[in-house]
This record gives sequence, C-alpha cells and structure tokens, in this order.
Amino acid sequence: MNESETTVTPKHIHWESTGTSRIPFEVYTDAAIHSKELDRFFYRNHWCYVGLEAEIPNIGDFKRTVVGERSVIMARGEDGGINVVENICAHRGMAFCRERHGNRKEFVCPYHQWSYTLQGNLQGVPFRRGVKQEGKVNGGMPADFDPAEHGLNKLAVAARGGVVFASFDHDIESLEDFMGPVILEYFDRLFNGRKLKILGYNRQRIPGNWKLMQENIKDPYHPGLLHTWFVTFGLWRADNKSRLVMDRLHRHAAMISTRGAAGKSGQVTQVSSFKETMQLHDPRFLDIVPEPWWGGPTAVMITLFPSLILQQQVNSVSTRHIQPDGHGAFNFVWTHFGFEDDTEEITQRRLRQANLFGPAGFVSADDGEVIEFSQQAFESRPLHHTLVEQGGREVGDTDHMVTETLIRGMYEYWRKVMEI
Amino acid sequence: MDFHDYFDLTQLYADYAAAVSSGDWDLWPEFFTEECSYRLQPRENHERGFPLATLFFESKGMLKDRVYGIRETLFHDPYYQRLVVGTPLVRKVGGGRIDCEANYAVFRTKLSTETTVFNVGRTIDVVVRTPQGLKFESRLVVYDSELIPNAIIYPI
Ligand SMILES: [Fe+2]
Repeated sequence: MNESETTVTPKHIHWESTGTSRIPFEVYTDAAIHSKELDRFFYRNHWCYVGLEAEIPNIGDFKRTVVGERSVIMARGEDGGINVVENICAHRGMAFCRERHGNRKEFVCPYHQWSYTLQGNLQGVPFRRGVKQEGKVNGGMPADFDPAEHGLNKLAVAARGGVVFASFDHDIESLEDFMGPVILEYFDRLFNGRKLKILGYNRQRIPGNWKLMQENIKDPYHPGLLHTWFVTFGLWRADNKSRLVMDRLHRHAAMISTRGAAGKSGQVTQVSSFKETMQLHDPRFLDIVPEPWWGGPTAVMITLFPSLILQQQVNSVSTRHIQPDGHGAFNFVWTHFGFEDDTEEITQRRLRQANLFGPAGFVSADDGEVIEFSQQAFESRPLHHTLVEQGGREVGDTDHMVTETLIRGMYEYWRKVMEI
Repeated sequence: MDFHDYFDLTQLYADYAAAVSSGDWDLWPEFFTEECSYRLQPRENHERGFPLATLFFESKGMLKDRVYGIRETLFHDPYYQRLVVGTPLVRKVGGGRIDCEANYAVFRTKLSTETTVFNVGRTIDVVVRTPQGLKFESRLVVYDSELIPNAIIYPI
C-alpha cells in the first residue's frame, strides 16, 4: 500500500494478493467498475432471470421486468412460446411498455403508434407510404425501409422447470451448461416439472451494491449469529448437517442444510442474547411439514450469478431477483410461489412461513440492514478491504457451514471476468 | 351508527396511531381480539388476488411474537415512525361489527437524517365491540408504496 494511512480513495483497485480473501471496498463503490460489471455479467455470456412461466400462462400475457438495468418484456406468443424483448421502440427509442403486467395482442408504442407482434417483429408504421393529398403523396418512409430490420431487440430465451432466463447475447452456452451439473441437480429438485402457482410479490430497495446480496446468500457464517430469531426458535444450528457446493467456475453455489432433531443449544450458537427457554406465543410460524420432493435437506439456498437467488427454507419457496440500479443500490423482488397440487393447508403454511422472509421477515429484514451499513462504510473509505478468511483463504466445496469459501469463490470468478 | 359509537371508532383509530408512533410496541397487540387477522400487503398483491402478504399474522399471539422479534431478535437501524391516519370511513354496520377503512401515511425518521415518507396506503378493517372496548378483529393494511425502503421493522 503506497497511499498514506489517511488516504481513503485508491488510485487503482488494490488487491492484497492474487487470492480473494480480502476484497477491496472499491469493487462496491466505483461507477466505472459497475458499468463494466453490467456489460460483462448482465449483458454478455450470462443467463439472467426474467420470471416464471406461471406469471404469463396465456397467449398474449406479458410481464415487464429488467435484465441488469435494461427494461425488458417477457411475453407469451401466439405459438405458446416465450419471447423476451427489450422495452425500446425501434423508432424514437421510447420505453413504450408502461404496465408491469397484462395481456396484449400486440405491442404498440403510443408515441407514433409503431406496432410489434408479441415476438417483437415490426408490423405497423403509420404513414409508411405517406399521405395522399391533392393527387400527390406527402412523406412516407424511404422506399428501401424494411420493417424486418427494425423489430424490437430480441433476447435469447431459456426456460427450465417453469423458470425463464434471457440473454442479450445470443452466442451463449445452454442454460444447463451455464448452471453446471452440480447446481442443476438442486435447481431440478425445486423445479421438478410441477406447474407453479404464484402466491405474490414483495419489492424492496436496498441501498447497497448488488453483489452484497449474492454474498449474503453465499455466507453461512452469519445466519446463526445475525438472525437470532433462527437460533432462538431452533431453526438453525452451526452443527446442522450441511454442504456447500459450487459450479466449476465458482460463480454459482448451493447451501444445503438439514435441520437437526436436537433442536436448539447454546453451545453452538455463540449468540450472547440466546434464550434457551423462549417459546413462540403462536407456534404456527414453525408449523413445518416435510414435503416428499425435499429428499432430505430442509433448506437449500441457490445463488445463480449474477441475478438470482432461489430459496427453499422449509415450506417457504421463492425466487429473489437482484435488479441493480447504479453501484450503490439495487431493487430486490421476491416472488413467492407454491405448486399446482398444493392443498389449502400447505398454501397457508407457505404464506405463514413467508413471515420469516422478505423485507419485513424475521430472518431477512436484517440482511438488507447490514448490506446498507456495509455500503455506507465502503463509500467512506474505498481504499480499505473486507476480510473473508473464515474457514481459510482457499476456495472449495465443504461439508460444513463455518466458512466464507463461497464468497472467495465468487470473487475468483469476478476477477477473472473483470480482468481486475 | 350513533354519535357515541362513531366517537369511539375515531378514538380507536387515533389511539392506534398514537400507539404505533410511540415506540412502545407492547401496546400494539392490545388493539386486536385474541382471534384476529393482521396483514400488511402490497397493493399489487391485493388487486391481483395474490394472497402473499409482507406480514401475515393470524392471532394476537403472532402479534406478540412480532413484538418480541422487534425487541430481541431483529437487528435494525433504530428509527422513529409517525403514523398519520385519516378519518375512518364507515362502509357497513351490523351483525355486531363495523366494516371501515382509512387512508394513512407513515413518516420515518432515522437518527441524524431527514424525515422521509416511508409507507402510504389504506387500512381495510373489521372492528368489534368487546368488554374492553372496540378492537380490531381484522386489519388489512394495503400499501401503495412500490418499494419498501430496505426494511419494515415496526408495525403499521
Ligand atoms: Fe441472512
């Protein structure tokens, strides 16, 4: 480090070693790095989440969402297939789609009424051949104007198990290769072909860098310490049977854990406020009924880099969409769902257990808070670094939770792609 | 509905607003009957018929559990909240219950920062008379606010 101790702004991003156990604050605070991340992770070479097929069950149904910071529309076409197009009119560039969901026969930009099919093909240009007046034709598009060249920007689309991903980059590996066999196994466990039933949304804005949310779900060191609710009511123990696995590039991960029968115990929590005797007034918050598809694990949290977290925490299942908005904030959209064969009882259970998660959740509200306060510190002293050395400095799968290896793995991948 | 009942109803709303602006969260569950429903739900879910709520409580016990969570387990930035509620609009009276609703706004003030509009919407309520006075049997808080500013910790 050449800068003096009182300098807070680095001249160049400074890694202390070739490893990733000390992450420079600047990766979270620099606008140029953020733009480069959008280009290299969200707009190229990565499948990004756009939604669930169950959100657009019928022909003409659409949902507006984002890939990175770009507005896109997911729509079910006449042929029943799913299209994803960028929400930019080919004419004057207006983000024409203002509704967030609905049903349309075609897309029309209100500015000059240019219209597009659900596939994004340009089908109508008012006064394309001009206007006849007193024997002459006024205006009109040039004779060589070819509507086929001026459709909406079409994204590549991949769907599996009812989950839809899109990519601006058409030259991209298959979704299956993107996830890799290890992560795919856990993806398929959750999305095993059953039709999904949308239960609803939660939307929050977290004033922190988007990567911090990926890191939060790659960090099994914190739940038993930050989320004392988990510990107090016996849902988390540091000695729960667990596994951490990654894809071969270490960008995606799954945290797999099985709730022990032993219940709660002060020795493995290390939480000073831990209260052995605390009981819920209404135990239905934890009225957990195992489902056959779990096949053992009671919680599997999957991080798909860069845009998605897949949650199974006992009976509560959701997708969590990371939508960056500048380097210092992201919108975080939760879509809770169930399955078409769910009974009324299991639906109630999913809705009740949703109290644990989301922007007000007993064990999630505090994740957003710690991300906000991390970002505050990063902005104040970009030259400094975080320390992710729990469980060592190397990267690899483990059979326990006492490690930050998944964060180190993500930054190993990040450094390679970003060439920083 | 006579003036006396309407006066009690407006007092209930004013009292509730004072309680959830006071920082004394133990006051909050006492506005409800033992068997009750409290849901804090985005307007989007409400209007599209999706059942998910941001908070989904089905008994006074659950409200007490939330208070315990606020006080003992949920790490959060401390903040003041100020609930401002409009005059209750009575929709229906009969069968021992009052169906009513009111607009509201919550302002949040974090330490050392300016006050911001935190959450706005309306409550859709069922109020019943009990020996302890008027209580909410059901309170559905439907919020317009599209993005929760990070987290909602305290009851609205
Ligand atoms: Fe967490």
